[in-house]
Amino acid sequence: MPEPRETAAFDPLTGAAPLLPSSPLGQTLGQPAGVPHPRGPESAEELTDVAGLAAAEAGLSIKARSQFQMAYTRFIHHKMALIGLCTFVAILLFSTIGPLFWHYNYAQITSQFGTGPSLAHPFGTDTIGHDMFAQVMAATATSIQTALVVAGIATVLGTLVGAAAGYYGKWADALLMRFTDLILIVPGLVILLVLANTVSKSSGNWLWIALILAALFWTYLARLVRGVFLSLREREFIEAQHAIGSSSARIILRHMIPNAIGPIIVNATLTIANAILVEAALSFLGLGIQPPQVSLGFLIAQAEGDATVLPYLFYFPAAFLIVIILAVNFIGDGLRDALDPQQRVRA
Amino acid sequence: MGAYIIRRLGAGLLVLAVGTFGLYILVSLSGNPLANLMANPHISPATIRAAQIELHLNEPLLERYWTWLTGILHGNFGISTLGQAVGPQLWPRMWVTLQMVLPAVIISIVLGIGLGVMSAVRQYSVLDHVSTAFAYIFYATPVFVIAILLKDFLAVKVDNAVGHPVLYTIGQNNPGTTGTWSVFVDALAHDVLPILTLVLITYAAWSRYQRASMLDVLNADYVRLARAKGLSRRRVLYVHALRNALIPVTTVIALDFATILGGAVITEIVFGWEGMGRFFYEGLTGPVSPDVNVVMAYVTIIAALVIIFNIIADIVYGLLDPRIRYA
Repeated sequence: MPEPRETAAFDPLTGAAPLLPSSPLGQTLGQPAGVPHPRGPESAEELTDVAGLAAAEAGLSIKARSQFQMAYTRFIHHKMALIGLCTFVAILLFSTIGPLFWHYNYAQITSQFGTGPSLAHPFGTDTIGHDMFAQVMAATATSIQTALVVAGIATVLGTLVGAAAGYYGKWADALLMRFTDLILIVPGLVILLVLANTVSKSSGNWLWIALILAALFWTYLARLVRGVFLSLREREFIEAQHAIGSSSARIILRHMIPNAIGPIIVNATLTIANAILVEAALSFLGLGIQPPQVSLGFLIAQAEGDATVLPYLFYFPAAFLIVIILAVNFIGDGLRDALDPQQRVRA
Repeated sequence: MGAYIIRRLGAGLLVLAVGTFGLYILVSLSGNPLANLMANPHISPATIRAAQIELHLNEPLLERYWTWLTGILHGNFGISTLGQAVGPQLWPRMWVTLQMVLPAVIISIVLGIGLGVMSAVRQYSVLDHVSTAFAYIFYATPVFVIAILLKDFLAVKVDNAVGHPVLYTIGQNNPGTTGTWSVFVDALAHDVLPILTLVLITYAAWSRYQRASMLDVLNADYVRLARAKGLSRRRVLYVHALRNALIPVTTVIALDFATILGGAVITEIVFGWEGMGRFFYEGLTGPVSPDVNVVMAYVTIIAALVIIFNIIADIVYGLLDPRIRYA
């Protein structure tokens, strides 16, 4: 959920806070790290800073922390992000390693038809006799791997095109902006349905679905990277690179992309969540991943007809879908706070 | 302002022309509507040939596009692959879709802005935490999951509890209802769940944007000044703060309009509404598909709606923010 910047330090309308020295200005100036933590639970990091200062005064050498290390410290102090990460890893392990230990295969037909959850079939069986536990595992794996491929392709392609448009401007920029304008006039789902209709008639392979999703999703990332690059282009350190005669490729790869990496990673994460949602919608409409492969959207579509009689067929895939998206969104929030401190949001 | 609107409409028409051209080619190449017919051994080549001529499939693609474009410019949306004129089916279906989408947009705007502002004013209150939690959950829930939950779980329970159908889950009305009041009540009973579905997937993100934007404004110096010079809390909140906090949110709402129309496709399918979205979906995947004229009629009208909605949002943006001058 990309959100505008919040700098609220206190509520000026309660009339109580203004006496405290906690104005946004004071905070920004007061902390050398430039990353004011409004609630202050980041004491570990701040303590290190204090300890570092003390060590410096004592004449000891202190180790500079890289951008990555600082981001890491901020991330592991973000409670919801950690919960999200643990949940996501758990679901990932469940869906990839789980099938190795489970005694039913997702395509296997058992002698139980439409039975409720039991010890033998924790998620029950569908009316054909599939074990839903195995089906949910397989579907989750398909949904996640599709989304990861989409995010990977869309991020690389979007970064390259967005970088070219933002750095060179002129016709490259005009071309990208006009192309994305075209895409914005029709719902993304509609464009994908048209593309998926072609693909799923010939092959409903998950990789094809991932490719058409990436074909739409890269445009959002390209627009974002373009915006970041447009502002970076005017900064002094880039001007300095021009002055010392660095090549454009070097400026883009060594200086601009590393400075834009925060928003890129955050949006790559959000692309994963979006790709899972949209893939589920396509599969729900019968134009996504085709049998014998299963995805969460497909399972929910299958369950819809019997939803009132066999509700567990609907509950389990739906719950997995929602929990995965929630987890990924929390990871995204944590990454934004860690990598892109100016965008810090106090939830 | 007038010149600005005319220029925006002109630019919109250009995007519309290029976009529909691209989609026309894409949809036409996505399949052969006569594939089922050709696969049937009992149908003679002569019949297939006749069908091809009737659907203009024997003509080159660009010529078909030109026929379609000149037709559209004369208000003629062509003939569907089932042999019916598309235009006359379009307007009733558009009305059905708007009956779902417009109330959903209005309710989402009121709910999203209202909850966002209240959460920001009472930051970290119970209301703020509850509203945040719900926003995260609804933001993570696919539209079809909400639709099925409302349809197969909530509606069935409510109707069983009352003993007769209060909330209808299929269709946009009961044909044959007469009398203004009865028609209204009947439409309402059908409308509640689809509209609620669209509201729930839409308002959540908007309330978060509004909350963030309001918090930003509440901490701005001019708000503190307004308070310090002795204006009432209410006046500062609603005249000084809210007006400025609405500005960024209008852009978000305008951009999300297309997403809501996409969500309406799924909502119409789950609730069995004979709207534009389902028309498009059946045209794309039905037995004689792709039905290029049907799909393109949907795409053209939806794209035009999105463009008009975006121009309206820009005008509202200008009204809210006097620094913006359209010339």
